[in-house]
Amino acid sequence: MNLPMASFLQDTSFLDVLYIIAFALFIQGLRGLSGPTTAVRGNRIAAVGMAIAVIATLLNQNEGNWGLIVLGVAIGTAVGVPAARQVKMTAMPQMVALFNGVGGGAVFLISWSEFRLSGGFVDTPTYITIFSLFAAIVGSVSFWGSNIAFGKLQEIIPGKPITLGAGQQFVNLILLVLAVAAGVAIAAGSHSEGLFIGMLICAALLGNAVVLPIGGADMPVVISLLNAFTGLSAAATGIALNNPALIVAGMIVGASGTILTNLMAVAMNRSIPAIVAGGFGGGGAVEGASGAGEHAGTVRSTTAADAAIQLAYANRVVIVPGYGMAVAQAQHAVRELTKELEKRQVEVSYAIHPVAGRMPGHMNVLLAEADVPYDQLKEMEEANPEFQRTDVSLVIGANDVTNPAAKSNPSSPIYGMPILEVNDSHAVIVIKRSMNPGFAGIENELYYDPKTEMLFGDAKSAVADITAELANI
Amino acid sequence: MILASTLTTNLAILVLAGFIGFVVISKVPNTLHTPLMSGTNAIHGIVLLGGLLIVGLSGNGTFNKIILVIAIAFGTINVVGGFLVTDRMLEMFKSKPKAGGDGGEKKS
Repeated sequence: MNLPMASFLQDTSFLDVLYIIAFALFIQGLRGLSGPTTAVRGNRIAAVGMAIAVIATLLNQNEGNWGLIVLGVAIGTAVGVPAARQVKMTAMPQMVALFNGVGGGAVFLISWSEFRLSGGFVDTPTYITIFSLFAAIVGSVSFWGSNIAFGKLQEIIPGKPITLGAGQQFVNLILLVLAVAAGVAIAAGSHSEGLFIGMLICAALLGNAVVLPIGGADMPVVISLLNAFTGLSAAATGIALNNPALIVAGMIVGASGTILTNLMAVAMNRSIPAIVAGGFGGGGAVEGASGAGEHAGTVRSTTAADAAIQLAYANRVVIVPGYGMAVAQAQHAVRELTKELEKRQVEVSYAIHPVAGRMPGHMNVLLAEADVPYDQLKEMEEANPEFQRTDVSLVIGANDVTNPAAKSNPSSPIYGMPILEVNDSHAVIVIKRSMNPGFAGIENELYYDPKTEMLFGDAKSAVADITAELANI
Repeated sequence: MILASTLTTNLAILVLAGFIGFVVISKVPNTLHTPLMSGTNAIHGIVLLGGLLIVGLSGNGTFNKIILVIAIAFGTINVVGGFLVTDRMLEMFKSKPKAGGDGGEKKS
């Protein structure tokens, strides 16, 4: 490779060193994400690593076609920069889904161009063919799955599960088998581009078929899983292209997505295969519906003025936010309420369930946007023992994650799911639009608890009303 | 022999990277999981390199050029958008000297 004319900058060893520096910076950058004070710098360190990796690639002596590169980068920058600058924090889950999708899209397009360039992997070592095909299938699944997730979160596609019914899993299995079979045929020596395109189409349909049946509340798991998929497909591309930076970066993302997927599934007490197989508790919805009639307990409703009094004279208040807060964009109103309470020497903290919202950490981002101090945000393990000495728990748009049935009722579909134990606090105020059960269609026993009062209304205006009433006390 | 050693070297890198990934990511608190996701999103945008490498090879026809430009555009969206949006989010998590009413709109 060391042609006499080639400059030192194009020496492959030198380029490999740059790639090694790049992935070391990725790892160092991610280490920074272990705390809020080091996180900004960590992200920038990773970005520097990326810049080095790109520069190393552009120094490659085979590099050419600068016009096409400039064109692609210009289009990507023109789309990506304004999107990243303007997206609202409440829209972050769909933004992440979209960014994840384009990554998967890039992976399968790269595999496709490799296939075409080599005339159908002619004279290509078998292992390279296999990794390219793996990247093509997984990248395509990730691209289409992420787009559907984006559509659901953006409400272009209904958030409710869309299924083929009982045949869904069978159809998914057939699509997977067809995609893999096409891949095997290509690896075994077929050079047919039709077969390759057929494989991509099967993978695309599979991506659609897997995500369409998944409901909104399961989105945190799906987004994490798709994130893992894109990472693994990138790592496979790295092996096919013999590029260490791609391998390391892709694999770390794969590990990250896997950890998050697992955390989310544990926080819902559900197995990953069960979620991918689709439809949160078809049986659960039925059971919830019958349960609704059985519940003879009374629901007490309250007013903003009464809630304000209760909160003002509390020593300790815990706010439990859920997806309802995000939908109503109530985070700033909640922060204002907190400030008013703190002026009255009330100790306020936030208890956040791992699957609250539509992606891991969704609530935390919204509250951080509203300037809630980091140390007031409590994770579930930290928050639960504290409820017993809490005077008032204020539940804003959260439902299933507070349902005591998860601990007490073995017949409940969510039995075993870890919850925020708000029913341990002295009093509970629930802000909710109506008595409609949550996404899972399960009646929430918390609402019938004698110490619970319901404040019906939109989260944002209800919280603003309480804040206004506080001023009159 | 060279091919085999390239494969095994790369597999070794893959496996080690997986273990490092698990250790490093396990230390990220729940609170920062959204920035973690968007940050790792940006990192897997590194597939951009694949597009850059292949577009330089000779023998690309028109159709290939089109899909590679799309791939490079996708990768760039992923990298640039991912890092920017993560930066925006993480800035909000930094403790501020004086808590104002509206945050998160800091732009350079």
